[in-house]
Amino acid sequence: MNDIISQNLTELIKNIKDKKISSEEVTKSFVEKAEKAKILNCYITEDFDSAINKAKKFDSKPNFNCKLPGIPIAVKDLFCTEGVKTTAGSKILNNFVPTYESTVTQNLWNEGGILLGKLNCDEFAMGSSNETSFFGNVKSPIDKNLVPGGSSGGSAAALASNLSPITIGTDTGGSIRQPASFTGTVGLKPTYGSCSRYGIVAFASSLDQAGPMAKNVKDCALLHEVISSYDLKDSTSIDFKRNNYSELLTNNIKGKKIGIPKEYRVDDMPKEIEDLWIKGIEYIKECEAEVIDISLPHTSYALPAYYIVAPAEASSNLARYDGVKYGFRADGENLIDMYERTRSEGFGNEVKRRIMIGTYVLSSGYYEAYYLKAQKVRKLIKNDFDEAYKKVDAILTPSTPSSAFKIGEKANDPVSMYLNDIFTVPINLAGLPGISIPAGLDKKGYPLGLQIVGKAFDEQNLLNIAYAMEEKINFKNNIKEWWIK
Amino acid sequence: MNKTPGEYLITREKNIYEVVIGLEVHAQVLSNSKLFSSSPTKFGAEPNTQVSLVDAAFPGMLPVINEYCIKQAVKTGIGLKAKINNRSVFDRKNYFYPDLPQGYQISQYKNPIVGEGTVILDMSYGQRKIGIERLHLEQDAGKSIHDLDPQSTFIDLNRSGIALMEIVSKPDLRSLDEVNAYIKKLRSILRYLGTCDGNMQEGSLRADVNVSVKKKGTKNLGTRCEIKNVNSIKFMQMAIDFEANRQVDLIEEDKEINQETRLFDTRKNETRSMRSKEDAHDYRYFPDPDLLPLELKNDFIEKIKSEIPELPDEKKKRFIDKFNLSPYEANILVSDKETSEYFEKVIENSDVKLATNWITGELFALLNERDLGITQSPISSENLSKLINLIKNGTISGKIAKTLFELMANGDKDPQKIVEEKNLKQESDPKVLESLITKVISENPDKLKEYKSGKEKLFGFFVGQVMKISGGKANPKLVNDILKKKL
Repeated sequence: MNDIISQNLTELIKNIKDKKISSEEVTKSFVEKAEKAKILNCYITEDFDSAINKAKKFDSKPNFNCKLPGIPIAVKDLFCTEGVKTTAGSKILNNFVPTYESTVTQNLWNEGGILLGKLNCDEFAMGSSNETSFFGNVKSPIDKNLVPGGSSGGSAAALASNLSPITIGTDTGGSIRQPASFTGTVGLKPTYGSCSRYGIVAFASSLDQAGPMAKNVKDCALLHEVISSYDLKDSTSIDFKRNNYSELLTNNIKGKKIGIPKEYRVDDMPKEIEDLWIKGIEYIKECEAEVIDISLPHTSYALPAYYIVAPAEASSNLARYDGVKYGFRADGENLIDMYERTRSEGFGNEVKRRIMIGTYVLSSGYYEAYYLKAQKVRKLIKNDFDEAYKKVDAILTPSTPSSAFKIGEKANDPVSMYLNDIFTVPINLAGLPGISIPAGLDKKGYPLGLQIVGKAFDEQNLLNIAYAMEEKINFKNNIKEWWIK
Repeated sequence: MNKTPGEYLITREKNIYEVVIGLEVHAQVLSNSKLFSSSPTKFGAEPNTQVSLVDAAFPGMLPVINEYCIKQAVKTGIGLKAKINNRSVFDRKNYFYPDLPQGYQISQYKNPIVGEGTVILDMSYGQRKIGIERLHLEQDAGKSIHDLDPQSTFIDLNRSGIALMEIVSKPDLRSLDEVNAYIKKLRSILRYLGTCDGNMQEGSLRADVNVSVKKKGTKNLGTRCEIKNVNSIKFMQMAIDFEANRQVDLIEEDKEINQETRLFDTRKNETRSMRSKEDAHDYRYFPDPDLLPLELKNDFIEKIKSEIPELPDEKKKRFIDKFNLSPYEANILVSDKETSEYFEKVIENSDVKLATNWITGELFALLNERDLGITQSPISSENLSKLINLIKNGTISGKIAKTLFELMANGDKDPQKIVEEKNLKQESDPKVLESLITKVISENPDKLKEYKSGKEKLFGFFVGQVMKISGGKANPKLVNDILKKKL
């Protein structure tokens, strides 16, 4: 039997069910691993003692009918967890302990999952490198100088460094898929409306979507079937038929039509990315699926449209953090002064930048030129996909335009940081599911990911394609545990 | 210059001005729970005891629309003879205030749930049709309490998230009387529908007033000012009167009227500037991404239509047609739903004409004096109807009826029983009356002489005397008849 922490979810579940290992042993292994990995800065809040107690409790009366029997799980600190501090990576929520549980995390616990702790992320999920967190950046398990990606950087790093067997993140413009790509892990952004947003600290409501992150596609499929649910507490939750994705998972994708959008061949894309994509196309052909060239003509407008819509919604969503009701408050001489100090001190620069952009694009006189136009662009982008899906079942693109960059490299260049989301944001704008799977290493040995985009609510097909490709790719991550002395 | 009836004119040395008024009424939706959460809406609860995580805007909390509030708004729209929009959109109105926990109010901006409608006013000079521009749904804010502590402001979020209907009239109102009639009519319609309790003291009905003035006979409307949150009809009228005169003064002095929001100071009886158009908030409205557009199917609307009760205008018409009431009487009886119900109960077994007179006369006076609503009436509809029947069948005289009414007012007793207990029955036995009359005549020989010599006015004296010695119980008609013969 493998070392516990390097087992994937499927193996862990089997071994727990076969009583070869207990939940307590599993939980303790991941806790011990985390104790040695503090330098990665994955955790904002550890809930280890409580996790071990819950594991003991599980073992004393195990329910093996659960889908995640006694499996310890660390989650992104954007999910509200009852009685456990939830910060969204921000000073302004530094002291905030929810009295309620998000639907997605509740779904985990209902299936026997056990909370290990809350994982670091970019402040309010605004960032692509995990450098905007008030609690400091996360270091990549791949290399101590690299960012793990963001905003679910803590989640991706925890997964790649075996601190948690599976994890969940949120994806507004690529926040699951980009860090998955940077760390050689699998990350799914489900169809908008698939996972409830209830209890998730909001960034941009029309784009935010929680999703599973795992070491392989099968684990990802199982986790997705646990967290995806129709929820009356979220008016944008959609009541559609959800599968037991892991049970129906198949590597037979023979005859499936996969589209290759020419517009994703962007200027100055590194050759390594281009090569990876070509390799991906070959794998698809090996799986006896059909490759079809398609066009998504409005792709180049996606990023600017995203950086109008997302900040606009964020500027309004973050208005509630005013020091009045909960969270951080800086005293002021009067109300306005209190507001100004609280929000100046409570928010970091990237969040402030986006609040300002969002406020600007919604202001009278600019609304039509920016927000309304961006919404029209969004519609065109969605139409592009609708057209494409008349011809194909899924679309293959690179996940990111480069491998992981160095800590600090883009910290002062927001536009170059935003460009990292170029392949992922159109998918959020269109509300579609997208998955990033590890597909190779670049010359420096850093992971690279491929993104598969599916039709709305067609996660099963998406996961099947990813599963088939995963088998062909046979990716091996190159992690040397540099953080263990 | 001729004044058309109902016009409200402000006259200065050289010019005469008309006043143009529009109202934005905020009516609290009658509903047990809030617009986007399941918190209760009871008035007067301990501060912050009717607040959910959604109302207090905790992180990750999402609004979920309360279908009952939607029905109430549609119902109101139908009652205002307005267009119900199959598709409406909830927008966020963004501004910072401590009692606005989300930092935005969820409202409807470009696409309200209800479009154009009409409210009919019955004025002494005829009917006036007041246009409704729109009705939209929005959340109420919480309350800031500034007088509990010299240093701090306290926030009560009980009201936060309660559903309001903002009913916007067209600038069709032309006088203080029309404003009064409009508010009362609107309130009446809302109460008939059961969509708002119309309680102005508790703030269930509040209004912002838009006022402008223009020279009489000109077409273009002047620059308007909005007076915020005036909470009684009286204050509304005072505020409009002050504001209209202020605007006229500015025009007379060749000064400009600024489009602005003003506050009415009830103590000083004046309006003062709150913020000018330049300082006006930029609310940055945009569709709330947490809520999908509201799509209403036609059969949903039709079903609500079929449940609409008889409204004041229809009821008034029925009262006139069926019971032969005058429009004035009908108006008084239908303006309040409970009054109309009381009236209909009374006339189930009694005379309509007498019932109308007794309700609009004695009963209203009694309620007014004791400051009671008709539902708290000390005299039940059943007993009033019995009283009327006692008059109608001659058991008691009109005079005794008033005494009886007073007795009933102090402990709602069955009038029949009081009549028996206190022996108030009218004396209609001709023999008994004749003996009384003979007695009066024989005791007043002088008066008889005078009468006979032509002082016919003294007839009344004899009637009075007979009534007096009968203890008011003598049947006046019979006394008249017998007396005439005897004299």
